[in-house]
Amino acid sequence: MDQSVITPTDAAGSLRHLRADFPILSQKVHGKDLVFLDSAASAQKPRQVIDCMADTMRTQYANIHRGLYWMSERTTEAYEAVRDQVARFVGAAAREEIVFTRNSTEAINLVAHSYGSLLKPGQVVLVSEMEHHANLVPWQMLRDRMGIELRITPITDDGALDMDALAANLADGRVALVAITHMSNVLGTITDARAIIDMAHAAGAKVLLDGSQLVVHRRVNVQELGADFYVVTGHKLYGPTGIGVLWARRELLEAMPPFLGGGDMISTVSFERATWANVPHKFEAGTPAIIETIGLGAALAYIESIGFDAIGAHEDALTAYALKALGNVNGLKVIGTAPQRGGVISFTMKDVHPHDIATLLDRNGIAVRAGHHCAEPLMRRLGVTATARASFGIYTTPEEIDFLAATLEQIRGFFV
Amino acid sequence: MAQDDLYRTVVLERARAPQHAGPLPAATLNGQGSNPLCGDRVQLHAVLDGQGRIEAIRHETRGCAICAASADLMAGRVTGQDRAHVGRLHAELVEAVETGTAPAELGELAAFAPLHQHRSRRRCALLPWSALIDMLNDDKNG
Repeated sequence: MDQSVITPTDAAGSLRHLRADFPILSQKVHGKDLVFLDSAASAQKPRQVIDCMADTMRTQYANIHRGLYWMSERTTEAYEAVRDQVARFVGAAAREEIVFTRNSTEAINLVAHSYGSLLKPGQVVLVSEMEHHANLVPWQMLRDRMGIELRITPITDDGALDMDALAANLADGRVALVAITHMSNVLGTITDARAIIDMAHAAGAKVLLDGSQLVVHRRVNVQELGADFYVVTGHKLYGPTGIGVLWARRELLEAMPPFLGGGDMISTVSFERATWANVPHKFEAGTPAIIETIGLGAALAYIESIGFDAIGAHEDALTAYALKALGNVNGLKVIGTAPQRGGVISFTMKDVHPHDIATLLDRNGIAVRAGHHCAEPLMRRLGVTATARASFGIYTTPEEIDFLAATLEQIRGFFV
Repeated sequence: MAQDDLYRTVVLERARAPQHAGPLPAATLNGQGSNPLCGDRVQLHAVLDGQGRIEAIRHETRGCAICAASADLMAGRVTGQDRAHVGRLHAELVEAVETGTAPAELGELAAFAPLHQHRSRRRCALLPWSALIDMLNDDKNG
């Protein structure tokens, strides 16, 4: 591998000052410096989030919405302020359009159960070949429960959504909902959400976008996109686990029946029946993830303080550099080469199984994912059983990419 | 990167150039094990003698180096052994990958002891063994 021919641009290392915010990055693994390249699975947490959550538990915590005392009211304010933050973050028309869930998976399941119950047998839910299991299995379950049809739109060989096939799949006018990823967790492909939405709406279909990966890297505005549903998870956004978001148009949420029943989601209850709270509370049964939600607020504030201009410039430069550096490793093949892409790079190496790659990288302190990435049907489409995957966060540096590429070259030397 | 203690020469060599791989046309027993999480698959073909000992065994493995080497080392090690002996070796291997220390009788199989640091990879080494034990247990003549 000739390292001399490629040099990272300044932008690729432009956020390295943020590394000091992430305590875990100074940890050692097997005696080596941690090189964390699995942010697409879950991102590390800055001290701003860690401290906020700990401070909440130390100084200002009680159950929310019901308490009549000072501490409960302050906690309710902090919790509900995050709803406003999220509404601004995704560009919602109103705070009532923000439903807190456990994660993206639960948000999609909420839509599949609730909006899905309004569909009629023979109507179609359309997904793509590159969906995470979270945006496939809930629709399979809905199909089996409701007698709807589940239609799969193929991808092209470079890993982009096949827009001609999408048009063909929409042509019979039976598609009620298009549920598609905004950025693939395997291929890094960023889908053309605006075009998908325009085509779907013209065919009379609503659109759900799985934004789990995309919102980490790009500014999203659901109103400008014209989307109908958008799902987000907190733990990939440098926030805690256990908190996710469903955004949906208010009129859709109002027409949808509740998902889970219990406290907080009711208006009145008798032994015979209950009436529902207004949106979004209709969809938030039980004591929510209060501390995690407040932690998500700290994560969003942290991201906003950096800004998506800087985050996007860093990621584009780092991804371009990584594609070149990995492309120079002998026998390495990048899986997914769509022109619009983010900092998620799947690859295979000739003669070396992805699990062996991951274990040998780990023994050098480098954390990557290997396996089917919760996208088994996509793996079959790509003709592989597994890939290794390196994914980047705001703290990733070009030096870490260099170390990854050099270590991969050494690993290959073991096997050939 | 120095020679890795998990990816020892014996593991890499057996993965690259297995000694007991391929079909066994005379097989009277056939078994299979797979790991849905990574797509690894081991197919086993064996002939037992009149006393229930493994007279011949071959494997066809699609998987990582750990799984492929484990299948090959296993095939060499269990030839001539009966079900009880296979069970004892399997139990010792399980203990080795969980604790990191291997009893002397494990021999070359001790190469997998460093897997105690890699919880998620233990099943790669154990897959051929569970497939073998399932196959022997399913043998209605056994």
